[in-house]
Amino acid sequence: MAQTPSDPLIAIRNLSVSLPPGAERPYAVEDVSFDLHHNEILCVVGESGSGKSISANAVMGLLPKPHVRPTAGEIWFEGRDLLQVSEAEMQDLRGSRMGMIFQEPMTALNPLMRIGEQIAEVFDAHGAHGRRARRDKMVELLRDVGLPEPDTLGESYPFRLSGGQRQRVMIAMALALEPSVLIADEPTTALDVTTQAQILNLIKTIQAQRQMGVMFITHDFGVVAEIADRVAVMQLGKVVEIGTAEEVLNAPKHSYTRRLIAAVPNFDPPRRDPVQGTPVLSVDKLDKIYVTGRGLFTKGRRTHAAQAVSFDIRRGETLGLVGESGSGKSTVGRCIVRLLDADGGAIRFGELDFAKLTSQELRQQRKHVQMVFQDPYASLNPRRKIGRIIAEGPIAHGTSEADAMARAKDLLRLVGLDAGAAERYPHEFSGGQRQRVGIARALALDPELLVADEPVSALDVSVQAQVLDLLNDIKQRLDLALLFITHDLRVAAQVCDRIAVMKLGEIVELGDTHSVFTNPQHAYTKELLAAVPGRHWSIPEVALQAAGKARPEA
Amino acid sequence: MNKLNFIARRLVKAVFVLLAIVVLNFFLIRAAPGDPAAVMAGEAGAADEKFLQQLEERFGLDKPMHEQLWIYVSGIVVLDMGFSYRQQEPVADLIFERLPATLLLTGTAFAISILLGILLGALAAARVGRWADSAITVLALIFYATPLFWIALMSILLFSVYLGWLPAFGMVSVGAGFTGLDYALDVAQHLVLPALTLGLFFMAIYTRMTRASMLEVFDQDFVKTARAKGVRPGRITRVHVLRNAILPVITLAGIQAGQIVGGAVLTETVFAWPGIGRLMFDALLQRDYNLLLGIFFVSSAMVILFNLVTDVVYTFVDPRIELK
Amino acid sequence: MTRRESARDFLRRFARNKGAVVGSGIVAIVVLVALLAPLVHPQSPWDMVQRPFLPPFTQEGVPFGTDTLGRDIFAGILYGAQISLLVGLVSTLVALSIGVTIGALAGYYGGLIDDALMRTTEFFQTIPNFALAIVLVAIFQPSITSVIVAIGVVSWPPVARLVRGEFLSLRSREFVQAARVIGQSNRTIITSQILPNTVSPIIVMASLMIAQAILLESALSFLGLGDPNTMSWGYMIGAARTVLRQAWWMSFFPGVAILLTVLALNLVGEGLNDALNPRLARKGR
Repeated sequence: MAQTPSDPLIAIRNLSVSLPPGAERPYAVEDVSFDLHHNEILCVVGESGSGKSISANAVMGLLPKPHVRPTAGEIWFEGRDLLQVSEAEMQDLRGSRMGMIFQEPMTALNPLMRIGEQIAEVFDAHGAHGRRARRDKMVELLRDVGLPEPDTLGESYPFRLSGGQRQRVMIAMALALEPSVLIADEPTTALDVTTQAQILNLIKTIQAQRQMGVMFITHDFGVVAEIADRVAVMQLGKVVEIGTAEEVLNAPKHSYTRRLIAAVPNFDPPRRDPVQGTPVLSVDKLDKIYVTGRGLFTKGRRTHAAQAVSFDIRRGETLGLVGESGSGKSTVGRCIVRLLDADGGAIRFGELDFAKLTSQELRQQRKHVQMVFQDPYASLNPRRKIGRIIAEGPIAHGTSEADAMARAKDLLRLVGLDAGAAERYPHEFSGGQRQRVGIARALALDPELLVADEPVSALDVSVQAQVLDLLNDIKQRLDLALLFITHDLRVAAQVCDRIAVMKLGEIVELGDTHSVFTNPQHAYTKELLAAVPGRHWSIPEVALQAAGKARPEA
Repeated sequence: MNKLNFIARRLVKAVFVLLAIVVLNFFLIRAAPGDPAAVMAGEAGAADEKFLQQLEERFGLDKPMHEQLWIYVSGIVVLDMGFSYRQQEPVADLIFERLPATLLLTGTAFAISILLGILLGALAAARVGRWADSAITVLALIFYATPLFWIALMSILLFSVYLGWLPAFGMVSVGAGFTGLDYALDVAQHLVLPALTLGLFFMAIYTRMTRASMLEVFDQDFVKTARAKGVRPGRITRVHVLRNAILPVITLAGIQAGQIVGGAVLTETVFAWPGIGRLMFDALLQRDYNLLLGIFFVSSAMVILFNLVTDVVYTFVDPRIELK
Repeated sequence: MTRRESARDFLRRFARNKGAVVGSGIVAIVVLVALLAPLVHPQSPWDMVQRPFLPPFTQEGVPFGTDTLGRDIFAGILYGAQISLLVGLVSTLVALSIGVTIGALAGYYGGLIDDALMRTTEFFQTIPNFALAIVLVAIFQPSITSVIVAIGVVSWPPVARLVRGEFLSLRSREFVQAARVIGQSNRTIITSQILPNTVSPIIVMASLMIAQAILLESALSFLGLGDPNTMSWGYMIGAARTVLRQAWWMSFFPGVAILLTVLALNLVGEGLNDALNPRLARKGR
């Protein structure tokens, strides 16, 4: 089959991939067809379990056989059906004609092999270039992907590099032999916002330079808005919509696409009236210091996880603590609930300094502040029934079991679950439902302040919106103060009254959300806001209208 | 520089552990039923009044406890571990005479166990689910469950008594007077059975660990990256999987060192191999506690030394240790 | 899913491992033998019942032959099961009590407590444990008690390590953090949140430890350090050592008994491991 530039680079026709017996559905991917053209970025977008990642792995022949295997269809590349080709031929194609990069940069490189060796391995596997030329090519590649000190970096081991740098190394390895196809499986999901922006930029630049076809898997519509030429939307193993980025993002046709887009928080924060009243919580110059690397002969290094952090929160107000990893936002949250002990500063609830309480006194005062955790799968004891989980707090403070269980049932109703859930175990519920249970547990002691540590980061976007609505609703009904910790600026824009931006342990900017977003003062805030992918794209009206209709159950 | 830091810390810890063992020995003697002097004299020596008297003076058994401890510890530091009445020799001499034989046996057995273990474990992992894997796993399971001293006896029955291929007892042929190469060959012939039985027993542990470790590494992300680069499966197994899978095996080897020394006691007893394990058995029969504790101390020191070596090897294999 | 459903699931997963099923069968037989020995063979195994050195399967009433003093080997096998199981179980319980306590405290509280307890654990792990067992039994005179205590004392470090590891990882799990935030006391958290989640690996380890304890006991008896009033398999092999050529059956049958029992326990342990950790389908299984 002779190829012309107008032919697709990769043509997937009626692909079906089966799952092992006992899985939630028989097919991971069912009768899926789409093309990747030359010189374009195709974003395949969907929630978890949509089959987007499996499709990508099927193209490279990297499915975890024998459990998961293609059972029907064809994948045409350079005149051959990749599903019929022998494993030896696939090994020839991988790395030389098709490159792939993966999601988790911290574990994607062999920790015991030098960077240069791992890149040179691609040359070695395909018999390309002599020894001298390999080294030069390797240095050139490191330079192309924007890594510092390319001449000497090859001698280093992966543990010396950050996540973003390791991802650049992966890109270098994937592009070493100038393949015509790059498959990227959620390559920026595990990276910080600013690093993500750099990597997205790198991929865009390289794609344009080399005129490659890039299949980019993601769950983030912001990323789609930022880089996609065409978009394919997947749901439960099927492609529900496919078209140009302009079409799909601004005039989506399928109801699922509309609902999904509507669930994405808009980047523009609404104007809000400032909340009045005396503060519920007053944090004053909070410090937390870690000492690392202390040995018999070395002194060790002091790092300020939190430095001189100060802010207030009033009743009925949501304050956002926003920052990247290492900013200290989680540390501050944990210090406030006393999961960590601060090294300096005060945490005041009215007259009471929470930071100075002894463990005895602390147990009595727990009711002032409670926490909602990030991971719905790890935050509930798998061996406990739901009702018991919620009732444990009051029981630990002396309430009778009967009273506590009754209250648990009330709380379950409050968070939108059936009271019968109290008799079931966590594994019977979805992620969104478990997060509701986590919220109910946090409310059991009637706190004044709720600290929510990335409460929706582990949820699919369609479920996020529901949980955020629930939090907001409860906050207003019970007149709580809410400290909302997140790295996701879109969520912060829609949820927070005021925002504190953190970097390396310090608050660099603090103000009402609308002002901070539209008129940032600090250089870092500007950098952070500029890095959010798809910030110029706004949710189209047609999707918002569709949101009025039935949303996916959380 | 950080490697030196690491090694120095380990050395300091080693010294502390040795000291702790010496103190433990001291209190064990006092804990045994009967008079400490009689305990130290052993069954034979306890009958000799004069010997008991000498012991009381030498170890200051009438002095307060902390002085006794000091005398005892300072003795050990200069390798004075007391006197064996039954054998009429200083304990230290007895032990160091026999030590080379034990080192030869345990060294050989260890080499066999770890080389065969890694080889078979890697083979089983590479052929996981197929009959080679099942066969190796079952074999390892059986060796792991069999009492060491019983394998030793059965192998003597089979290879010495019935087949007559190999000698059953001792390190050298008695009265043969070999020298040079002939001597070495004679020792080697006597070494085969004891080293093999000791080695095969512990090989099972390394086989299982290597197999499990390799299967785990096969599933890791960087192996998938290597496949995406088009690296051939053979190279993936050798360079990516094996190298990473070996790390926990090295750590395990350090922990197992103590076990192999214990196994030497049983092996040497059955094969009448003239090492400190056999000496320990004799000391047991003779209720010679001084000798017993001396051997305990020396074998612990051997293990500690070996642990140090494996730790150092580990720092060279894993580049991340630089940070520690 | 109710308790009964999850118990049934567990049994189903366990039954899928054929080795584990065979192992359980063998263990059941050994337990029965130990319990019923006095019924099957009311005479003491120390009694001399026949001519010495009778080969096996030659004389009625002594199917496994007789030893140097004319004692019935078969009787020895039957009664030996009692000792092996008794020592195996009790010494494992001793080791578990020490190890779980130390591991839990070290893993939960961390800091200085962890340091101190880990140094102690490392110390016990560094000393050759068989040699220490020998020394302990020798010094405190061989008896069932000293053997059990000695084995318990040398076997606890791996348990402590395991439990500490589990506690460390569970302590930073979010549901444990949540328990702290709602104000549960440390003791409640340890006993009701963390321990129930560590039961599975402890059970698996316990079955493997019983196997190890039986091997240790047989080795100690072989060297003559067993309780002199008990007929144990190790002792029988020890007694056979000097007459290996004349009477191979004296060492053969007790050895096979030990082999089968220990093998069975190991198989059961692996089966328990697979059944209690139904993680993603293992490769090739």
